[in-house]
Amino acid sequence: MGKIDEYIPTVGQPTIDDLRLLAERLKGKVIQNINSTSVGGGVAEILHRMVPLLKEIGVDARWDLIKGGEQFFAVTKKFHNALHGTSVEITQKDFDIFLDTSRSNIEEINVYGDVVFIHDPQPLALIKNKAENKWVWRCHIDVSEPDQKTWGFLRGFIDSYDAAIFSAPAFSQKLPIRQFLISPSIDPLSDKNKELSQETIDSVLKKYDIPKDKPIITQISRFDRLKDPLGVIETYKQVKRYIDCRLVLAGGGASDDPESTEVLGEVKEAAKDDLDIHILLLAQNDIEINALQRASAVILQKSIREGFGLTVAEALWKAKPVVASNVGGISLQIAHKYSGLLCHSVEGASFAVKQLLSSPDYARRLGENGREHIKNNFLITRHLKEYMLLFLSLYHPEDIVYL
Amino acid sequence: MAKIQKAKEPFKFYTRMHLSELTGLRASTLGQLLEIVKVVNGSCIYHHTHRFLQQHQYLSPEPPNDFAYWVTEVLGEDELGERLASIDVVQFTTIRSLREKIVATIAAYLDKNLLAKVRFSREGEEFHFIKSISFVLPTNYVAYDLKDFIDVLDKITIDSIYYHIFEARLRLEKNTNDFSNWIMNSVGDERMAREISHLDPYTFTLEGLRDKVIGIIKKGILV
Repeated sequence: MGKIDEYIPTVGQPTIDDLRLLAERLKGKVIQNINSTSVGGGVAEILHRMVPLLKEIGVDARWDLIKGGEQFFAVTKKFHNALHGTSVEITQKDFDIFLDTSRSNIEEINVYGDVVFIHDPQPLALIKNKAENKWVWRCHIDVSEPDQKTWGFLRGFIDSYDAAIFSAPAFSQKLPIRQFLISPSIDPLSDKNKELSQETIDSVLKKYDIPKDKPIITQISRFDRLKDPLGVIETYKQVKRYIDCRLVLAGGGASDDPESTEVLGEVKEAAKDDLDIHILLLAQNDIEINALQRASAVILQKSIREGFGLTVAEALWKAKPVVASNVGGISLQIAHKYSGLLCHSVEGASFAVKQLLSSPDYARRLGENGREHIKNNFLITRHLKEYMLLFLSLYHPEDIVYL
Repeated sequence: MAKIQKAKEPFKFYTRMHLSELTGLRASTLGQLLEIVKVVNGSCIYHHTHRFLQQHQYLSPEPPNDFAYWVTEVLGEDELGERLASIDVVQFTTIRSLREKIVATIAAYLDKNLLAKVRFSREGEEFHFIKSISFVLPTNYVAYDLKDFIDVLDKITIDSIYYHIFEARLRLEKNTNDFSNWIMNSVGDERMAREISHLDPYTFTLEGLRDKVIGIIKKGILV
């Protein structure tokens, strides 16, 4: 795990100096992060990086977990899907299960933070413990069109917070509390994003039996319908009529997602008989994902819905040309024809991929612009800075704050 | 090189960081955009006309303000987009007057182009109004003369340059930028101060602006 000074070669000394300057202003404040899991998922991944870095620069950041059984997490998973706008039936019993577990957590958890930083909906009800301290809700979900019943239920808690954070402007709703825009980030020093030797990249291709004889198009994602893997195969087939290429569809298996096995079956069926399609069900292995992205000529992200789509940032950081759907936070990462190509359909995606494969100079330019954009806006150092500014803003309601 | 005089007052360098606050306000038509621009908090107008300066520090093909970008790319109103993009922000010394210019530009276009009133953005491509929250902090850098000043200017963050050039002039309504103000009043070099205040900083990248200001001062010292 990178120490703060190890980011200097990437972002420059002044950026790190600014972080230390802000950290000084937070001396004496305890930041208590609370979420529902220490392993798996994007939130835990971010906290594993954020908390040690904040501590290193002098912010007293800590991390606690709520407890919950199988039933509770089944309900919060339903909430998650409903907030994403998927049609899910949520009953009064579901709400009761959520409230029962929340009651136990409210009694058991020790709330000691000057700032209590709640991540995602699972621990939302802890707000009942609010005293003089500040409470912030970090929403990592696309709530641009939430199921109103679920949203209405959760608003009963959200409205009592001091502030909420969303990842994209479209996710903001009219709320009686302050709302901030803080996008997620990638860590340039992590296994998923660090530089790799050609030898490592080649060894991963060899392991999965992917020859380097043709340009490789890759989509990294879970086998989930919202990631449109069948659309990806269709895109590849349309490209293949004109340009010989390979397709890599790679992602982790999601044991908590019963649908993934079904989707994987459909994907395999759609890909059968084509030896140039490589479907890889990967165990969590960040180096391998990194290598597959780096070995690709074009990266696709043909999602139908997306919270933020950090796989796009990961690809752009590697200066890869990206073709992605114009959904969720992807448009914050790609300015069309400047740092990648946005699309709305299979036909649009295949046309864009053909353009990139036929014009390597153009593709290279888009990739380089993309890397610069990610460097300026979506690295973990920017994320750290904005979290500290957010904590400070809780004590300063004005628009121009003199520190 | 001429002897460098000590300034009457030292120049203290500050820096500025910002956070984006969401408002929940959104527009899908030009008419809605116009109505919200008229009443929205001045920090929103500032955000949407200045965000690009810090977010795109390098050459970017995007129009220099969010209103122009949205009107062109989402609504397809190229002519209005061009008019909004070419608003000469440097001519305005208050957010209020800048807002009035944006409002007048959109209103005049709507009057002449009735069809523009019925054009809607696609779902998911609405204009979202965002406020800019600024955090101003002193740095450890102080200049006692022009030589110190260019030494610091060479190494300070672009956020500091941004603060003293853009934020001070328009958002804090100081009328001119901090650099010109100090060179005029504490160093006493009116010609140099005027040369810097006559720049259109909106046409530079922040790194380009740094080089330009250093160049003007170096040239002035040599005279």
